[in-house]
Amino acid sequence: MLYGFKIAWRYLTSNKTQTGLLIAGVAVGVFVFIFMSALIGGLASYLVQRTLGDVAHVTLEAPSRDAGLLMPDASGALLVQQKSTGQRETLRTADAFLPAIEAMDGIKAVSPQIVGNGFVLRGQSRAPVAVTGVEPDKVSAIANIAARLVAGDVRLSNSGVLIGKTLGDDLGIGVGQIIRLQSDRNVERALVVNGIFSIGVEALDARAAFITLSSARTLFDLPQGLSRVEIKLDDLNAANVFAERLAAQTGLKATPWTEGNAQLLDGLRAQASSGNLIKAFALITIVIGVASALLLSTYRRRPEIGIMRAFGASRGFVVAVFVLQGSLIGLLGGVIGAGLGYLALSPFPLPENARPGGLPVDVRQGAYGLAIALTAIGAILASILPARAAARVDPVSVIGQ
Amino acid sequence: MTALVDVKDLVKTYGEGEAETRVLKGLDMQLEDKDLAALLGPSGSGKSTLLTILGTLMQPTSGSHVMLGEDITRASDADLTEFRNRHIGFVFQFHHLLPDFTALENVVFPSAITHGRETASAMKRGAELLDRVGLSHRMDFRATQLSGGQKQRVAIARALMNQPELVLADEPTGNLDRESATQVMELIAEINAKEGTTFLISTHDEKIAAACRRQIKVVDGKTVTD
Repeated sequence: MLYGFKIAWRYLTSNKTQTGLLIAGVAVGVFVFIFMSALIGGLASYLVQRTLGDVAHVTLEAPSRDAGLLMPDASGALLVQQKSTGQRETLRTADAFLPAIEAMDGIKAVSPQIVGNGFVLRGQSRAPVAVTGVEPDKVSAIANIAARLVAGDVRLSNSGVLIGKTLGDDLGIGVGQIIRLQSDRNVERALVVNGIFSIGVEALDARAAFITLSSARTLFDLPQGLSRVEIKLDDLNAANVFAERLAAQTGLKATPWTEGNAQLLDGLRAQASSGNLIKAFALITIVIGVASALLLSTYRRRPEIGIMRAFGASRGFVVAVFVLQGSLIGLLGGVIGAGLGYLALSPFPLPENARPGGLPVDVRQGAYGLAIALTAIGAILASILPARAAARVDPVSVIGQ
Repeated sequence: MTALVDVKDLVKTYGEGEAETRVLKGLDMQLEDKDLAALLGPSGSGKSTLLTILGTLMQPTSGSHVMLGEDITRASDADLTEFRNRHIGFVFQFHHLLPDFTALENVVFPSAITHGRETASAMKRGAELLDRVGLSHRMDFRATQLSGGQKQRVAIARALMNQPELVLADEPTGNLDRESATQVMELIAEINAKEGTTFLISTHDEKIAAACRRQIKVVDGKTVTD
């Protein structure tokens, strides 16, 4: 093998221009592969971050008490238990499992919440709002309200409320002013506007209000329990797995973000498929390039191959020489292409820092190792055909030429 | 005493049916240890085919081929390849050196194939062989930088690298001027005399044939005189 490597290397270096062009062609293919990986990956991160950055990755709620049959169908009579509406669906035992959830690896934040609907009253104006009661130190646990604050302070007091900018503009409310919040339980409280946020989602900016958990208990007449627990994960792609685990551990209904964002997921999948197709074409180009160059080399070196065979080189040795050439071309082209890809992508800001309208490429998602490995494997496969052709060279037919 | 090479009733045909051509027609021949033999005959007589079969690069259609007491008539390609590497050397009319390799690397090639690398002892022997053929000063020259006569001398050194019992030379001087041809033939005779390596030289040149101790004449696919 050592000697085969020497011959392969000598063959490659004997025509530096041709080999250089071949390696450059492979490197360009690898560069395209890496650029597409970084672009598709970065674009997905950017979209997910923009779309899901401010929502819970898993939401724990009380299991719904659905209507059910009390007797089997075959009994001739239909006895049905109606969906229970006698009690509100709340998490009564939340305190028991919250510490365990918070201690789990991969959990970034846990936000116990009481939610309900109500109206903001100011003078004769009434505006419907979705009220979320959160622990004061967890206002920004799910949606980063602190970063989106346009006025006031994110710190919530029991007499305070955070509202969206559109709602504030509609009602002419500013920080420090008092509003009356009336819940759908007909409880009304006067609250001071502590801060105004602008998330950029109209539904939230015009309809959302955050108050403390204890204010929410009063407002929604819920002395015990929670409406839901919102959870944020370190890796949002693990939401489905975590949801299954949490449901099994708590017996609650655990909903991952993927359930409510099927269209986004479809879009991301379609985007990934397009990227994979382009990457596959880049690899096919590499394979064809290497195979054709080595086939030409095989033809050009037929007399030499014949001499090698005459002096005792086995067919396997000849195959090894050409496969090694393919491997070297693939590896060198792969490493050079990956290096160039990294250098070219490094100046781009990461997707989390990308500005709207910019190219959200993610240098971390260049799949450099995969690109090099696939290129090397592709080049090896591409060299098998020429190598086999070389091994079939009949020394008798070429020595006399 | 067992002959180095013993071929009996050797037949070689090419093609099938009406296109079938019989080149060797029951040829018998023996080569002894330390022979220096010329293989003579008109074009188309079957000399090259015989040389190719003796070199284990081709198998006969029928007959037997024994070398060093081993019947290799129907040996596998892999076995013949290994046998060739250890026991047979070649010198071709057009030298056929590897153009991207130096003179020394070309000489060492058969040994590197055997051992999987260029060993220090092989490099030493390669250098000695080049010295012997008068090319120690061209050791690191690429094959493309050598003259025709020098290339052929490198080819002879390469053929001797693995100390083969038999060297087959196909018109080794056919592409050389008279002076170079004489030098090459003197070199072959010297190696034969000193090392006892058996040479079978296919040639049309009567002077070359006269320089050999044996003349084997092939006519119409058979040995007619020896």
